[in-house]
Order: sequence, then structure tokens, then C-alpha cells
Amino acid sequence: MLHIEGWKRVVIWATCALGLLFALPNGFYGQVESYNDAQEVGEEVTGWPSFLPSGLVNLGLDLRGGAHLLGEVKLEEVYTTRLAGFWPEVRNALRKERATIGAIRQQEGGAGELVVRIGNPEKMDRAVDVVQTLARPVASLTGGMTDDIVVTAFGNNLIVSLSEAEQLATDQRTMAQSLEIIRRRVDEAGTREPTIQRQGNDRILIQVPGLGSAQELKDLIGVPALLTFQTVVGRSNNPNGASGVGNELLPAADNPDLYYILDRTPVVTGEELTDAQPSFDQNGRPAVNFRFNTSGARKFGQYTTDHVGDPFAIVLDDEVISAPVIEVPITGGSGIITGNFDVAESTRLATLLRAGSLPASLEFLEERTVGPELGQDSIDAGKIACLVGFAAVLIFMFLSYGTFGIFANIALLINVGLMFGLLSMIGATLTLPGVAGIVLTIGMAVDANVLVFERIREELKTAKGPARAIELGYEKALSAIVDANITTFLTAAILFIMGAGPVKGFAVTLGLGIITSVFTAIFVTRALVVIWFERRKPKTLEV
Amino acid sequence: MRLRLVKQQTAFDFFEKWKFWLGLSALLVVLSIASTVTQGLNFGIDFKGGTTIRAESSTPINVAAYRQAIEPLALGDVSIAEVFDPSFRDDQHVAQIRIQAQDGQEAVASDVVAQLETTLRNIAPDIRFPSVESVGPKVSGELIKSAVLAVVIAIAVVLIYIWLRFEWQFALGAVGALVHDVILTIGIFSALQIKFDLAIIAALLTIVGYSLNDTVVVFDRVRENLRRYKKKDLSEVLNLSINETLSRTVMTSVTTLLALISLFVLGGDVIRGFVFAMIWGVMVGTYSSVFVASSTLLRLGVKRDWSKPSNTDGNQFANLDA
Repeated sequence: MLHIEGWKRVVIWATCALGLLFALPNGFYGQVESYNDAQEVGEEVTGWPSFLPSGLVNLGLDLRGGAHLLGEVKLEEVYTTRLAGFWPEVRNALRKERATIGAIRQQEGGAGELVVRIGNPEKMDRAVDVVQTLARPVASLTGGMTDDIVVTAFGNNLIVSLSEAEQLATDQRTMAQSLEIIRRRVDEAGTREPTIQRQGNDRILIQVPGLGSAQELKDLIGVPALLTFQTVVGRSNNPNGASGVGNELLPAADNPDLYYILDRTPVVTGEELTDAQPSFDQNGRPAVNFRFNTSGARKFGQYTTDHVGDPFAIVLDDEVISAPVIEVPITGGSGIITGNFDVAESTRLATLLRAGSLPASLEFLEERTVGPELGQDSIDAGKIACLVGFAAVLIFMFLSYGTFGIFANIALLINVGLMFGLLSMIGATLTLPGVAGIVLTIGMAVDANVLVFERIREELKTAKGPARAIELGYEKALSAIVDANITTFLTAAILFIMGAGPVKGFAVTLGLGIITSVFTAIFVTRALVVIWFERRKPKTLEV
Repeated sequence: MRLRLVKQQTAFDFFEKWKFWLGLSALLVVLSIASTVTQGLNFGIDFKGGTTIRAESSTPINVAAYRQAIEPLALGDVSIAEVFDPSFRDDQHVAQIRIQAQDGQEAVASDVVAQLETTLRNIAPDIRFPSVESVGPKVSGELIKSAVLAVVIAIAVVLIYIWLRFEWQFALGAVGALVHDVILTIGIFSALQIKFDLAIIAALLTIVGYSLNDTVVVFDRVRENLRRYKKKDLSEVLNLSINETLSRTVMTSVTTLLALISLFVLGGDVIRGFVFAMIWGVMVGTYSSVFVASSTLLRLGVKRDWSKPSNTDGNQFANLDA
């Protein structure tokens, strides 16, 4: 009667062995971690047998220490830039129609708009038609094709903006580009295992373990790093002074009272750099060496040949870093940026220039830094709490159920092993609430066993013989176990779907803990009980 | 000799004083709501936006001096609290500083943090900042929305599940107990002004899960006994079921509490609030599955004859494995 088929036993013990095998690397955390690191860079690997699994439970930032940032990409900025780039085309098209529509003039527009004043508003329809012909087709959401721009008339003004389909396409491109550039910058800085994820429509989550502060991370990814070389038209001390058509007024980085009037159109941009390295100038001050690609080198060579004796400005993110005078033509395609840097700044600037510029700026909505010592403290405290809680539960179970309590305890040990095995297998991240989840699971995992044992006790009063009582105990407790655990699992699932960050980690450990605890209670404890029963064949039973 | 927390055979009458227990629960619920409405919750930055800084120094924390030093920075509402924990070393003094979200800033303001760090370094040169967390008002607004949504969805899903597996009266009883637990937990956080942050939402949902676990075990037995004793009063059947499962209810609560209490004492101050919520929830959840869920079920009444499948009441999910 009380019997488990041979193949089932094999499956049960094989599952346990497999789970424990996957949990094993976590017992040698440091060793396996360095092994994995070595393997990643293709080095000779030692210290861990290669036939064993080497997956580890990742430690979350709150346990390992590190920086966490949530940034929002200002997508609309790209619309404005796109339309600004569109202006010459619009201008040329409208100029041909000057006879009918009159003089045209660009106006200050809102974000994501290009506004053109038409001299002869009666002929607005004609102007709209002309600009509309410049539209290019894009695939729309509904599957058809639509124009990339929308042209509308408002009084004397003709307004060009991006169509919805084009905005979506642009957003996708901007996000993909931003992620790529951020990834390159973080990788350049040489930190390990960064997480860079898109979240929702316009957000990027960046987590870098082991970094000292979120500020460091922000310095690295928070600036567009748009480098341009521009013609200097003049200087000014007035921040609100007029710059003239086609020019712009930008502040000097090292002098708060100095402003430069620059030609808006850059001679060369950072896009055309192939390399940038931190170095020192002839006076031993930190500087950045750079090299242009072929077309950049040609443009720069041509420009410096034509403008010997004139100053030109090196502009980074709307600030003039320096404005040296061209002494000799620079035709070799390489140059040096000097400014008021220290070594750290020049290193960072070189990194940023190598990685490229962000298409739009980032605004940070959330930042968290946890120091590695605090993380270590949390791990230590968590470990002690786990062990003490664990021991307390083991002792309590033994005192309450005797031999059966020992079976439950073995199952509980296997349960925790399986949990770590599963966590490692899926590469889950363990956070501080996750540790709490494990402790909670330790407490709750015995629940299924308790349900069965209590039921066996009850059945012993009425059933014929201990074997029947055990059988009935398992049979009748099953529906309660299933219902109770499914409902808890449902809440864990909701937590996982709705939760953010550390809460998700908690949900994962809780959910996995439910699966493993049901498995161990229904199968492992039962197998233990059956084996024991077959050997001893007790006439009476005390649970 | 076995350790037995509950005698082998118990025959408590849990409904003798049902008016008292339901009244007590109702009173506690009202008090919880009143406290939450009048003094509100001590929202952490996850929900309110702002910055928290953990400062550690080898010299004792002088809250007044810190406050005085920070005052000139005009950061608005600043709270400084010293943190104590048995796991700290003798020369480890920890303070938790919280700054409100600065006006008119959607994003987090890092210059404020830098200013504050420099200021504090002037008073305590060896001060370190092991954790700095800032959440902008935009994100915190979204977090609170999704947190509330998570709790509501969890309760709704549970309602549907129990309704499918049992009957609607059971579902209402269980959900009544859940709402009771959630409100009481929020209430104690308000009454004691313990920091209420994202982790507490996780705790709340775990409480939902735990309380339900308990309730379902009792209900499962009720369902079984309703089939077995067709002649007994509903109140008798309920009493019998609760008594029969009492030993298990107590055992599971004790093992869970053992684990949680060790985490509360030894787990460090960072998750203490979280663990406190769970301990409270386990106690309240155990109480409510007996006194709220079952009392509600008793008031609602329930279909008696489970042996014949009926087209109107139960449904195809009710007998999956029973």
C-alpha cells in the first residue's frame, strides 16, 4: 500500500541531486566568480573544475554595493534637432516660390516645431504644398505608409513637425542609440557586469556593481559629449548679447564672464573622430589627443589651411573648452584639446569622445548608491539570521514530530539547496528583501509537512494501521497544500509583475521557495517516510 | 515526549464570542483608518521623492549639531535620526538623514547631496556615506500607483481563485480577512510612524499570501467536514474544522515567526521595518483566518450538500483534487 514506484524514486533523488549540484558553486563564491571572470576574457581557467556548473546567484546592488540610476531620455530634443537639420531643405524649396509666397523667415518655434513666416499669407496653401512635397514616406503603426512630416498653417506661419509614425520611429532609434552609447561608455570605464536596460518608453536603467557612487556614473553617462569645432566670430561679455543670424553665443568653460560668438555650423564634429586618448600638452598639463577619420581630417586640414591666424573654438556640450589661434595648418588629421582639466577629467573626456555622443540628454529620476561595506554587513547579518532561524526551526520540528521531524528537516535542508540551485540556474539576482524571502520560506516550507503530519496524527486515531494512516494523511492533506500554495504563488507572481527592483528579487525567491517547498514536502519527505517505513515496519506509529 | 503547543483534542468554541471578536476587529480597522487619515504614513522616499543618506562615523552622532550645520543649506524638511543596532561595532555610529524632494525639480538633485556631504565632513571628518538614495517625484508618484495597484490586483486574483475552488461565501470571507490584515498592517505603520517604503508593499503582499494560506487550510477542512457531517450546524462544523486544524495553524505560525524573529533581531537595521511588517502580518493573519474569515463565513451561510454537484453553485474547478 505504502509504496513509491522505483522510477519515481529515481526521479525524486535525481532532481534533488541536480538541484544541489547547481547550488554547489555558491558555496565557493569567490573561487567560482574569479573562474567565471577568467573564462569571460578567455584566460587560462583554473580553480574550479570545468565539468561542474558554474552559475552563481547574482548579488543585488544592496548586497554587493554599487550604483543604480534611472534616466529618462529627452526624446523631444531629437525632434527639434531633426527639424533644425531640415530647415535648409525647406528654405531652398520655398525660395524657388518666392515670386508667389513672398519673403520667408525662420521663427522661434516651440519644441519639436519648425516655424516659417511667409511674406504673402494668401498663398499659404501653395507654401504648404511645396513643403509637403519634401516629405518622405515612413511605415506607420497600422502597416500602411505615411509621411514623415506634418505641415500646417497657423496665421502667417507655416509649421512643420514630425508625424506620429515618424516620432515613434525616431524614438526607437534614439533609445537604441542611447543604450548603445551608454553601454560603450560604461564598458570603456571597465566595470564588471553592468546592467543597462530599457524600461518603458523612454527610460534607461543602469546598474553598475562595485562603483563607489552614483555621481561617478552620472559623470560618465549624464552628458551628451557632443564635440564640435566651430568658427569664432567674436567675443562678448554680455550673456544676453545679440549673436547675429546663423551664429550662437556660448559661454567659455573656464571663464564665467567670457562668451564667444560662434558660427552655428560646425567645421567638424566629434562624429568624425576615430580615437581619443588622455595625454599631456607641451607644458605638462592634462589634455586629450584625438584623431580624425579621413573625411574629418580633410575638412579640418582645409579649414586650418584657409584660416591661419584666426581663432577657432573647441565646443563640448555648448561650452567653449578652448579657442586657440590656428598657427599652422593642421593636415595630419590629429590634434590635441587643451583646457582647464585635471587628469581625471581628461581621461573621462577621452572616454566620452571615443564612445560617441548621446542623441539626446538624460534626466535622472532615481539614483541609489550602496557602499560595498554596507552590502557586506547586510550579507553577514542575513547569513547569521538565516542560520539561527534555520536552527530554531530544525530544533522545533524535531521536538514536535520526533523521527518525522527529522525527515521534515532533511527535506528543509534539501529545499534550501534546491532554491539556491534554481536561483543559480536562472541567474536570478538576490537582494536584501530576497534574503528575507529565503528566511520566510524556511519558516513556511515546513507548513506542507506540518499539514501532512497533523493529518497523519488525526488519521492514526481512526485508520487501520500506521501504513494506512500515512497514506491517508498525504492523500487528504494534498488539497489544502495545493490550494494554500497556489494562492501564495499567485501573490508572488503579482509581486514579480508589478514590483520594481529589490521587490522583484523578493518575489523570485518567494515564488521559487513555494515550488521547492511543495516538491520537497510532497515527494522528498514522503520518499524518506516510505523508505523508513519499509525498513522498520513499525506496528504502531507516533508522529 | 513530544512538544505540543496545542492539546491533542481541543474543543474551543470560537464563535461563542463572535460579536466580541468581530467587534474588536472592526474597532482595530476603524482605528487603523483613523490613524492613517489623521497622522498619515511616514512615507519613505520611494513614495514621496527626496533623498536619504546613511552616514557612518566613529564618533557619536550629534543630531543637534548635524541639524544646525544643515540648517543654512535651506533644504526644506530634513529629518535626522540615529540608528541603533545590536550588530554595530562599538565605534560604529549611524545616522539616517532624509531630505525632501526639492521644489520644482523633477529629477534628483545631486548638488544638494554633495553640499550636504561637505557640510557634514566639517563636523565629523571621518564621516562616510555608505548609502545615498534619491528618487525624483515623478518616479515616486508612479511607484505609489503601481504599489496600490499590485495590492488591489492581488486581492482580486485571490477572490477569483477562491471563488473558483470553493464558493463565493468562502471568497468573501477570505478577502474580508485579507483586507482586514492589510488595513491593520498599514494602521500599525501609521500609528508607530515606521518608514513605509517599497519593501513594505512586498511585505504587505506576502502577508496577503500568508493570511490566505492560513484561511485556505481552514476552509479546505470546512469543505471536507461539510461533506462529512451533513446534519451538523454550520457553526458546529466551523468550530470543529478550526479545532482540527488548530495544531497546524499554531505550528506553522510558530516556525514562521521563529525564522522572522531571528531575522528581526539579527538581520540588521536595513530590513527591520520590512521584517516587522511580516511578523505583525503573520500574527494578524493567523488571528484573522479564525476570527474574521470564519465568522464572516458563518454570517454569510453556505450551501450544505457538497456530495451532489449542482449547476448553480459550485463549479468544475471545485473538485480538482479533493
